[in-house]
Amino acid sequence: MGMGKEVRQLIAKRAAEEIETGMVVNLGIGIPTLVANYVRDRHVMFHAENGILGTGPSPSEGEENPHLCNAGGFPITALPGASYFDSATAFAIVRRGLLDMTIMGALEVSEKGDLANWIVPGKRVPGMGGALELAQKAKKVIILMSHIGKDGQPKIVTHCSLPLTAESCVHLIITDMAVIAVEQEGLILREVFEPYSLNDVIANTGAPFIRIDCVQKGVKGS
Amino acid sequence: MKRHIQEVNKGISLEELKSYFTSGMSLMVGGFGGVGNPPSLIKMILNMNIEDLTLICNDTGFPEIGVGQLITDKRVSTLYASHIGSNPNAGKQMTDEELIVHFFPQGTLAEKIRAGGVGLGGVLVDAGVGNPFVEKGQQTTTIAGQTYLIEPALTADVSIVYAKKADPYGNLIYDTSARNTNPLVAMAGRITIAEVEEIVPYGEIDPEEVVTSGVFVDYVVRSEGVDWTWAWEKK
Repeated sequence: MGMGKEVRQLIAKRAAEEIETGMVVNLGIGIPTLVANYVRDRHVMFHAENGILGTGPSPSEGEENPHLCNAGGFPITALPGASYFDSATAFAIVRRGLLDMTIMGALEVSEKGDLANWIVPGKRVPGMGGALELAQKAKKVIILMSHIGKDGQPKIVTHCSLPLTAESCVHLIITDMAVIAVEQEGLILREVFEPYSLNDVIANTGAPFIRIDCVQKGVKGS
Repeated sequence: MKRHIQEVNKGISLEELKSYFTSGMSLMVGGFGGVGNPPSLIKMILNMNIEDLTLICNDTGFPEIGVGQLITDKRVSTLYASHIGSNPNAGKQMTDEELIVHFFPQGTLAEKIRAGGVGLGGVLVDAGVGNPFVEKGQQTTTIAGQTYLIEPALTADVSIVYAKKADPYGNLIYDTSARNTNPLVAMAGRITIAEVEEIVPYGEIDPEEVVTSGVFVDYVVRSEGVDWTWAWEKK
């Protein structure tokens, strides 16, 4: 399902609550990119796979340096304290476990935290890029996605049907309907967003919750 | 003061470089999403009658941007990359079996290139161990209880890179995130050609600032600049 601008912003805003001062964080393309807008009150080092630590907001029009871009190819700025390095060093940061958090999208997530977000056999085979290493190596993996797919089917499932990016790597899922923690024993429902009900979330989730620790949260941004 | 030594000068014209490019060669190109691809060298290749290239590059850029143009114009028959999602022509050619694509996780590909550049036979990586789309029957080894994929090093007949500044020896300084894979690619070519915005006289680059030592660079050519429109510039 396509999500409205407002809902995308609210998912990003909720994800930003997970980020603390001092963290080293990688943001994927799409909704994850929006998360940076909601952490301006904290000193966060954003990591870009092409070779930057300390990326800042988009420059104003006319101020772009075409060479200074994020991994998605869009102009950004560098904040005080930033550093540039080659792509091998960018992945040294990932492989060494220096990333506190990676926030990315997904096609499917299983109740064990398996992640599928890079390939739809016969349809979309873009290559894994850096997703596999980010998912496998970041200390915390947060997934931002629509709760159900374009076909109306749940994207949170018992077993992923698509090829996996990485196994048992996801810690938290934030969707337009809910916030769900993935723990060793299974899924824990943490928050339900208005206008959805607990039953909506259960009905649209393809795996059981082992616990419901739930708070109803407004989605109107209040 | 008059100097009595003959200085090394790796400066060259695009015209003189043409003889290094032939059909069927392996070509490694620095850059990430088109940023840091050397525009004038790519344009030169497009203007030459060269095809059947084996291309090693982080990605295939965009259809009309950077290295993506070599794909769009069907000059490449084999590709080593981590991502082709921004260039639908690459995906179509792969599906139509016109292009053989070898995919690697981004950091693994960077290390394979770096290994080639520093004279190693390969690297051991654990990214993708157990993942059939990554392992593809690749050799593995176990060290201290951890299983690793054995990833052979990559080198190429010619490496082309893009830098901001060079001196006549080929010492290179890059511009912000246009550095990306360029320092790795610069080391991994049997012949390395650096396309640069500016060539400055000896002594004008502080040795402390040099990112790629000129010892890895065979030729330096001045860039004629980017002749494409970036994706973000389109309104």
